[in-house]
Amino acid sequence: MNIGRRHTTKAFPWRRSLWIASLLTPALVVMVLFVLWPLLSAFRLAFYEFNGLQPIGFIGFENFRKVLFEQPYSDWTFNALKHNIIAFVALMVFENGTAFLLAYALLKALPGHRIHQVIVFLPVVLSAVIVGFLWKLFLHPLFGLVNQTLALVGIGAIPWLGNEHTALGSVLFANVWHWLGFPTLVLLAGMQRVSKEVIEAARLDGAGDYVLMTRIIWPLIAPSVTIVTILTFIGSFNWFEIPYVMAGLTGSPGGATDVLGLYFYRTAFGSTTTGIQDFGQGSALAVMMFIIVAGVTAIALRYLRRREIEL
Amino acid sequence: MSAAVGTRETGELLKNGAIQLMLAINAVIMIYPLFVMVMSSFKTNAEIFSSPFALPAHFSLANAERVWSETNFVRYLANSVGVTMAAVALILLFSTMAAYAIARYQFRLSALVLMFFLSGMTVPLKLAIIPLFIQLDSLGLVDSYAGLVLVYVAMGIPSAVFIMTGFLRTLPRELEESARMDGASEFRIMRSIMLPLARPALVIVAIQNAVPIWNDFFFPLVLITSDNLKTLPQGLTVFVGEFTTDWGVLFTGLTLAALPITLLYIVLSKQFISGITQGAVK
Repeated sequence: MNIGRRHTTKAFPWRRSLWIASLLTPALVVMVLFVLWPLLSAFRLAFYEFNGLQPIGFIGFENFRKVLFEQPYSDWTFNALKHNIIAFVALMVFENGTAFLLAYALLKALPGHRIHQVIVFLPVVLSAVIVGFLWKLFLHPLFGLVNQTLALVGIGAIPWLGNEHTALGSVLFANVWHWLGFPTLVLLAGMQRVSKEVIEAARLDGAGDYVLMTRIIWPLIAPSVTIVTILTFIGSFNWFEIPYVMAGLTGSPGGATDVLGLYFYRTAFGSTTTGIQDFGQGSALAVMMFIIVAGVTAIALRYLRRREIEL
Repeated sequence: MSAAVGTRETGELLKNGAIQLMLAINAVIMIYPLFVMVMSSFKTNAEIFSSPFALPAHFSLANAERVWSETNFVRYLANSVGVTMAAVALILLFSTMAAYAIARYQFRLSALVLMFFLSGMTVPLKLAIIPLFIQLDSLGLVDSYAGLVLVYVAMGIPSAVFIMTGFLRTLPRELEESARMDGASEFRIMRSIMLPLARPALVIVAIQNAVPIWNDFFFPLVLITSDNLKTLPQGLTVFVGEFTTDWGVLFTGLTLAALPITLLYIVLSKQFISGITQGAVK
């Protein structure tokens, strides 16, 4: 009976193929229609002139030339790019630096460390829109929590988001508050994988916290540092929500918080203030952002992985 | 000797004290803003401006009533619930089916199919928004739930297939062989024997996708224009535009928007943390 059945399945391989194909089809169709095709088109469309939604003619590198070399587009592009780079460096130092210290503190597993992990990760699960608006209210020059607190120690009202020197820093601060828990727990997980024996051995050899942290933990968590660095880079170059919510579509004041994500969105989908809407230039910007992110990620991965292997 | 041990213990105690102090300060920085947000939602405007640090004089629900009656908040909330649930359900369904085929059967092209899905993990779909918009427009799906849901499904499938394939491969072959011997159909084997075992992986995949979809702002901003179709994060921007000076209502809106996911997070914090950091801690 059983043997007979096995023969029947063997005798109808097309039934098996049909079954496998029907399992794969829905996922494949969605991927082809909404990932593969749009992605390939994104590269193609960057070389076209547009009229509204319609590509009307191949124009070579004209869109790239405009956003890179023609005023005022090139000024906007490089102004935004500068802020993405500042954001990456600032987040590496302040967000990931703080995260490293917190992770090391949590590694000690002192009383309350579990609840602290839950607390530090709480903002991560909230929408960037909530976080952005919350900090926008708190940073209000007159009635915001931050200036009200500073007033208690006699510091006068600072227009955090209104001043071009403090605006980007303020937006970055909200971003650090939002995401801090992510690198903290990723680095903590990396530290927890460093074997207890290694740490004990170092301690017995008289290594203090500083030596332990810099000579043992830091090199051994290289894989976690790699992943955090790369995710921070991708995040900094796709940065959109918090600047949009806190500083608006034009990166106010006067472009002080403009980043490539905002500039790309303005170019592609228009804005009430500039009135420009150009899918061709938008596509060129998207392709450039894609190349920056993919290229730097690939190079960084090779360089950082080498550091991991040398250990 | 004992004196030396004593100093070392005192030193350790001091150091641990310093670490606990640093953690306590950090906890206050993380929690206090949210506490003020919740407390301010019970306050009148005048109270928020004049006594920002005080507890509300009365725990008044007046602001919440205004959010309920004067805004589209409930509609936005319902839209977010619907879109998130539909997208996560389809991600689980499609990815599990595909992963099951890849993990449990040997067929030509299986490695290639898996590669195709995995390569999708590296694609930032935001940067393909222009062709995606044109594509959805030609299908008549701009400004519809369906368009938004399909984009989320496409975004979620690659990593979901990756996790599910890895998990389904670990299930023992004997189970399915003996069922096959007993004459169970392939569908029955999948549905009744293998999938119930995959539940832990399904929970991780569901959370990993539900959180970013629930919180997403970019895709609704581009794809949805009708107020009745807007999701919660997008609706909040409308709402904030209407009540710029009414801080009591604003804080109430933010509190109510944060409430559902916060409650879920408190109950399922372990699963949330492992779902969201999944991929970065391996």
